[in-house]
Amino acid sequence: MGTIFVKDREGIEHKLPAEEGLTIMEIIRDAGLDIEAACGGCCACATCHIYVDENRLKNLEDIKNEEESMLDQAFNVIKGSRLGCQIEFNSKIDGIKLTLAPE
Amino acid sequence: MQHKTDIIVIGAGPVGLFAIFELGLLNLQCHVVDNLNKIGGQCTELYPEKPIFDIPSRPRVSAQELVDNLLEQAKPFNPIFHLNQQAEKLERKEDKLWYLTTSDNITICAKCIVIAAGAGSFVPRKLPIENINEFENISVFYSIKDKSLFKNKKVLIAGGGDSALDWTNDLFSMSEITLIHRRKEFRAAPESVSKMLELEQKKKINFIIGQIHSIKGNLGKISEIEYKRDDKIYSLQTDFLLPFYGLKMELGPIAKWGLNLEENRIKVDTEKFETSVPSIFAIGDINTYPGKLKLILSGFHESALMAQKCFYYCYPDKKNIFRYTTSSKDLHKKLGI
Repeated sequence: MGTIFVKDREGIEHKLPAEEGLTIMEIIRDAGLDIEAACGGCCACATCHIYVDENRLKNLEDIKNEEESMLDQAFNVIKGSRLGCQIEFNSKIDGIKLTLAPE
Repeated sequence: MQHKTDIIVIGAGPVGLFAIFELGLLNLQCHVVDNLNKIGGQCTELYPEKPIFDIPSRPRVSAQELVDNLLEQAKPFNPIFHLNQQAEKLERKEDKLWYLTTSDNITICAKCIVIAAGAGSFVPRKLPIENINEFENISVFYSIKDKSLFKNKKVLIAGGGDSALDWTNDLFSMSEITLIHRRKEFRAAPESVSKMLELEQKKKINFIIGQIHSIKGNLGKISEIEYKRDDKIYSLQTDFLLPFYGLKMELGPIAKWGLNLEENRIKVDTEKFETSVPSIFAIGDINTYPGKLKLILSGFHESALMAQKCFYYCYPDKKNIFRYTTSSKDLHKKLGI
C-alpha cells in the first residue's frame, strides 16, 4: 500500500492510502473528496481533472490522445493537468502530490 | 400542447428505456422527456463506442448497441419521446394527476412520475468566471437560436470540439470570427478541422491559442476579454462570446420538486423505489438507498419493482396477476409475437 497527497479546493492536503492498480480518481473518490468523475472513469468527461506536481510528471505514463482531447472540455488547464481516471497508481508515483483542479 | 398518459418517464437512458418495457408489460403507456436531442442518455452522449461488460447475458456490448437494443425492446409499447427539452415544472392538481411542463412548454398529464435521470440533465458547461451570469444571453451564448444577432459583429468562439468548429465555419461569412482554444489540435470531424484551418490560412478567421481568463464589461455587454497563454495574460475586444466546452450533468429543476434528497440523489424505498412523495418514483443512478450500486443492472431491477406499484396507482381496483413473458399469451400479444 502506498500513499498519495491530495490538496482539495480549500487548500487542505489529505494523505490517502493508495492501492496499486486503482486509478487516482478511484482513490480520491473513495476517500470521499469532492471529485465528480461523472462518466465513472472511462475518459468520457473531464470532471476528474487534477494537477500533478510538475516534478513528478516524468514518473507518469505519457498522456494519450484521448485524455488530451477530453482535457479540452476542462478549464484552467496547465502543464500538470491530467485526468485522474487515466492514471493508475503504482510504486513509481508513491507519495505523489496532486491538487484537485478548480470546478 | 397537452398530452395525457399513464406514466411520465424522465430520462431516456438505459434505465428509462427498460422502464418503458416493464411498465408496458403491465399495460401502462409512457411519455418520455429528455433534455438531450437523442435517446440513450450518458451511454449515447458520453461513451457510445465504449464496451460494457456487466450486463447479464451480454459478455460485451457497446453502450450504443445496448441503447439500441433497449429501444427495440420498448418499441411494442409505443412510447412517445419528447426530446431536447427539460422537465421543468411539476404540479399535482385537484384531479390527483401530475402535470409536467417541459422547457418547450409541452404539458403532459399522468398518474405517476418515474425519474430515471441518471446524474441529472445535460446542460452546457459554463465558464468558471465569477461574473459570467451578467453576460449570459446578452453577449455570451451557449447555444445559438438566431444567428442574425452576430451579423457584422466581432464574435469570439471558445473550444476545440465540433460545436466550436461548426459555428466558426458557419459564421465566418457574416461575422468577424476569432476562435480561441488551448492548443492547435481539435477533437472535431476532420472535414470541419480542415475547413477551419483553411479559413485561418486565408485570414478569413483569426485563431489564437489560450484559455479565457476574465470578462470585462457593463450591463451584460462585453468590453474586453482577457485570456491566458503560458501564464501571461492578453486581452482582446469582442461583441459576443460563444463558449463550447461540451455538456455537464446537473440535477436541475428536479431539485425543487420537494423530494427528499441525499447528496443530490433522490431517496427511495427498496420495495417499490418510490420517493418521499407518493406516485413519484426514482430509478437508476439518480436514486439512493442503503447498499445502492450505480450499475445499469440495478436500474433494471428497480424498473421491474417500480412498475408493480405504478400498476396499483393506475388501476387501484384491478388485481395484478404476475406473469412471465415466456409463457403468457397475453404478454406475447402485447409484444407483437
